[in-house]
Amino acid sequence: MEWFDAALPILAATLRLAVPLLLAALAGLFSERSGIVDVGLEGKMLVAAFFSAAGAAVTGSVWLGLGAGILASCALGLLHALACVTLRGSQVVSGMAINILASGLTATLALFWFRMGGQTPPLPSSARFLAITLPGVEALSGIPVLGRLYAALVSGQTALVYVTLALVPLAAFVLYRTRFGLRLRAAGEHPAAVDTAGLSVAGLRYAGVMIASVLCGMAGAYIATAQGAGFLREMTAGRGYIALAAMILGGWRPGRILLTCLLFAVLDAVAIRLQGVILPGIGAFPVQAIQALPYLLTVILLAGFMGRAIPPKASGEPYVKER
Amino acid sequence: MQPQDGAAPPAIELRGIDKRFGAVHANRAVDLTVHRGTIHGIIGENGAGKSTLMAILHGFYQADAGTILVNGRAATIRDSRDAIRLGIEMVHQHFMLVERFTVLENVMLGAEGGPLLARGAARARAAQKRPGAAHGGTGAPPPPPARARAELKRLGEAYGLSVDPDARIDELPVGAQQRVEILKALYRGAEVLILDEPTGVLTPQEADDLFRVLRALRDQGRTVLLITHKLREIMAITDRVSVMRAGQMVAHRETAATSPEELGELMIGRRLAAPAPRPAPQAGPVLLQAEGLSVRDAAGVERVKQVSLSLRGGEVLGIAGVAGNGQGELLEALAGMRAPSAGRIFLRGQQVFPGRGFNAAALRRQGLAHVPEDRLKSGLLRRQSAAACAILGHQDDPSWRRFGLLSPRAIAAHAARLMQAYDVRPPDPALRSGLFSGGNQQKLILGREIERDPAVLLVGQPTRGVDIGGIDSIHQRILACRAAGKAVLVVSVELDEILALADRIVVMFDGRIMGELTLAEADERRLGLMMAGMTREEAA
Amino acid sequence: MSAPLSLSRPLARLMAHPLPHWAEVALLPVLNLLLALGLTALLVWAMGSDPVAALAALAVGSLGSADAIGYTLYYATNMAFTGLAVAVAFQGGLFNIGAEGQAYLAGLGVALVALNLGALPPWLLVPLAMLGGAGFGAAWAAIPGWLQARRGSHIVITTIMFNFLAASLMVYLIVNVLIAPGSMAPETRRFPTAADLPDLSAFGFPSSAPVNLSLGLALLAALAVWLLVWRSPWGYALRALGESAEVARYAGIDAGRMIVQVMALSGALAAGVAVNELLGAQHKLLLAFTGGYGFTGIAVALMGRNHPLGVLLAALLFGALTQGGAELAFEVPDVPSEIVVLIQGLVILLTGALGNMLRRPVVVVLALLRRGG
Repeated sequence: MEWFDAALPILAATLRLAVPLLLAALAGLFSERSGIVDVGLEGKMLVAAFFSAAGAAVTGSVWLGLGAGILASCALGLLHALACVTLRGSQVVSGMAINILASGLTATLALFWFRMGGQTPPLPSSARFLAITLPGVEALSGIPVLGRLYAALVSGQTALVYVTLALVPLAAFVLYRTRFGLRLRAAGEHPAAVDTAGLSVAGLRYAGVMIASVLCGMAGAYIATAQGAGFLREMTAGRGYIALAAMILGGWRPGRILLTCLLFAVLDAVAIRLQGVILPGIGAFPVQAIQALPYLLTVILLAGFMGRAIPPKASGEPYVKER
Repeated sequence: MQPQDGAAPPAIELRGIDKRFGAVHANRAVDLTVHRGTIHGIIGENGAGKSTLMAILHGFYQADAGTILVNGRAATIRDSRDAIRLGIEMVHQHFMLVERFTVLENVMLGAEGGPLLARGAARARAAQKRPGAAHGGTGAPPPPPARARAELKRLGEAYGLSVDPDARIDELPVGAQQRVEILKALYRGAEVLILDEPTGVLTPQEADDLFRVLRALRDQGRTVLLITHKLREIMAITDRVSVMRAGQMVAHRETAATSPEELGELMIGRRLAAPAPRPAPQAGPVLLQAEGLSVRDAAGVERVKQVSLSLRGGEVLGIAGVAGNGQGELLEALAGMRAPSAGRIFLRGQQVFPGRGFNAAALRRQGLAHVPEDRLKSGLLRRQSAAACAILGHQDDPSWRRFGLLSPRAIAAHAARLMQAYDVRPPDPALRSGLFSGGNQQKLILGREIERDPAVLLVGQPTRGVDIGGIDSIHQRILACRAAGKAVLVVSVELDEILALADRIVVMFDGRIMGELTLAEADERRLGLMMAGMTREEAA
Repeated sequence: MSAPLSLSRPLARLMAHPLPHWAEVALLPVLNLLLALGLTALLVWAMGSDPVAALAALAVGSLGSADAIGYTLYYATNMAFTGLAVAVAFQGGLFNIGAEGQAYLAGLGVALVALNLGALPPWLLVPLAMLGGAGFGAAWAAIPGWLQARRGSHIVITTIMFNFLAASLMVYLIVNVLIAPGSMAPETRRFPTAADLPDLSAFGFPSSAPVNLSLGLALLAALAVWLLVWRSPWGYALRALGESAEVARYAGIDAGRMIVQVMALSGALAAGVAVNELLGAQHKLLLAFTGGYGFTGIAVALMGRNHPLGVLLAALLFGALTQGGAELAFEVPDVPSEIVVLIQGLVILLTGALGNMLRRPVVVVLALLRRGG
């Protein structure tokens, strides 16, 4: 049972680390499926993290904080859609601008409002998402493996974890089983076909970007008010880019994105666990190697050395009616 | 079929339609009446304004002035949605199909019949589970409503448009893709179906299938508008025909009461001259030779199969064929833009393929010039000046360098000379090349390529998108090269052009050469049969 | 899809005219900058401070003394290098987001030469260290270039990933391998003084200002880039490729080789940050010395219309903003220096992504003026 004792906390940590990645990767999925590349996931998560923490700190309500985070993320999303859809600007440039803008904006506002060196005040537990204990933990505690698995993994997560896991099948359903999903995917593959079918490409792409913004808002709020207890500068720490990698490795499909996010999260959890562990003969364990693995895997996949990454055909291109 | 009695209003009536794009007056006060239950042709040269007019009818553009009446009632068509509501559907030249979707998904797009796709689909799902019914990459597409499936089946049977509803578009041949486009239109309840140059990508046989479908549509009371620049199609299938020239509607005729000759004159605005007699070719030495050439396209599909040909100085070899039968890839391979997968190429007696440094720049240095098929995509830097375009491909030439660096002055002077000599208007080297008209762009490219005094000149689609005034002068330039002893290869989908330029004609079909004819042996019927895949002997 | 902005027809006709060259290269960037500053001023005002005072503090802080100018030019040097790196790749149609990682890796090259060949005389050591940096930067950029050219990987995504790979690699190397023995701080030992780039006290800058000879190197690099891209056959081919890969194929330009070459050049230019920072100012390799200059380079390149002269001007501007921002926090206590990052983001957004927003009104106004005049 020794390995089980070691594995259980890693599994629980994996789940918690996977949630923001999964939310952001699903965000990227909806945006790119509609034809808009989103390298601004990181920035949207960052403003959401700040505004959710600030909102929760000021109002004392974690839900109002979540709302504030989502609104802030949506404001940046609207800017992205305006630039990319309405004004047909460069999607990558707009995304990078949003990342840098978010970095400057959150630092500036945090310093101005809270004067704590760029942080928000630490949130009391009443203003955070807390672990929910599911019924039956007591009853199952007697069962050797399942009981502890249920207590530590299935039960004892925050509300956002359960919501996020439910979002994966929901995303798949929306994309593949609904009229909206069919149209959204068509807008990302062949916008002119959507246009000539009497549908609005702009409307669908705005919808894709705004769905992405809401999901990024949730991801940011999770990082600041569930995983953490307040906002710290640059606290998203590149998760937006890892999410982008997860989306690509997941082949722009919800189920595979879930698996990729879990893989990245388990790597992260193991790396944290191994931090400072001294290996005989080698010295300190090179955790950086594990942390770099998601990026390395993405590069290898994109290079076609394993499988092939096929993005939505029209993503990245502004839609212009041709003469 | 004659127009119906006076009581029934026409399906479509356009009055005084006017449309400008900047300086281009694409449609001038165009009137058009299309009767219900007829096939109505609109014929005109490239750039006559046919496509613009239809785009206005389909809501892709809005007219600057004029009115549209549908079934006798004034209609506002602001976008495709309005057109679809009025029962007007269009089959575009470039298909509006999502390649990674199935036929059914494409047909349903925009007419799904409910927010959920899976509703009432249980039966369809069961039916779908036949062995080998594999779905591709989009990740198990949903079993769509059985109703759509049934309707598709019904339409397919009614009009002879059979397509597997679960096939992915990118797995279907072009002809089948076009059937999907028509099915899509019918599924949405098209009363008026507009087809824009529908046979450009089809073999004559596929075109005949299409015509059968169109006749069936007419016989069931639907209205068909056929845009084309091919007289044969107009004569073969339409009830009435309207002729456009330079943005204006110049004539309306009953097809039965007109002739190809009359329509041709109306289209061009003058009597069709018989090809000017040319002196017999002065057959010189073989300058370009290909042996057993096979070429794959970017997707790895073999587009040219075992082609051999040779080209002598002082003659023009024409390559005829329906677009997309490998001519483009063959031209690219001969020009060094695409390495063949097999075979050998000799230029002026030297083997250049297989060989080290087989590329466009190297062949150019060895005396080959190339006017590409698609000048906007390949031949010009649209956002840069005419001067910059005048040295494209020859940027390494030391004659425009001073102290080892490119000299803008030397380049502009060269461009100015070129533009003068080849009558490029306006003769302004500083003007962005994208702002010139098609004919002037083509003259600039032709000038650039001929000016180097090449031994071999390859020309793809010499006059595509060139206004009528420019065609003649471009043809003269090409014939002048022949007279100067150069070996000239012309690829064109326009038979008239092939007949006007070539001394020998080879016909390509499905990547192979179906045979070679001398100009004397060639006539449209024989060439047409060979373009449809018959050998020279079968077509005799 | 309806037109994004519904315009009356005469207005639409006016807009059909393209912008004159001077408006495209000068007026629009300046207007976009003013708009970014205006938006920031609005935020400053909303934060209860005086925007005019803030602007004055920015100006004085960046240009008010020889020391301030020295810092401004020091920052501008970094930005000129990364701006040129991004601009050169842009001319070939490539968006290099990886200047940050390329500069970071270049730091490794600089440090390896400086630490291992310290016995060499300065005139040999400094150029070798520069070459080491350029080589490492070029190699780190050429890999994504090669992956794009031969394997079809999208350069934007690959260079993003390479930034993180560079960060992981450098953290590992500095913390575990290169760290000065016995040191607690994650940095190498000091480079030998023979590797120090001279400061510009000869030009009247106080020796406290970190501006150094790298500034001259940046100016030379800009000139070289201009000659190479606008006056050489290679540059002609590069710009042809940047406009259209199909045209390049027609012209016999080897796109794959060009992509690898221009990315290598881009990475070598980004290496200038390592030269300026490590040889010019820090004299040791330390964590995260690249400080986001790779990303600022995107703003600089966009603002400078991807032209060396424009890049130099934009670098000067952003250098002044960075230096002024540091002083701003002292002068106007409620406005933190991070507001400069906000301005950078706004400039990228306005010049890069929302570029068409101001273009329309400018076209209309110019056309009306022309008609009126």
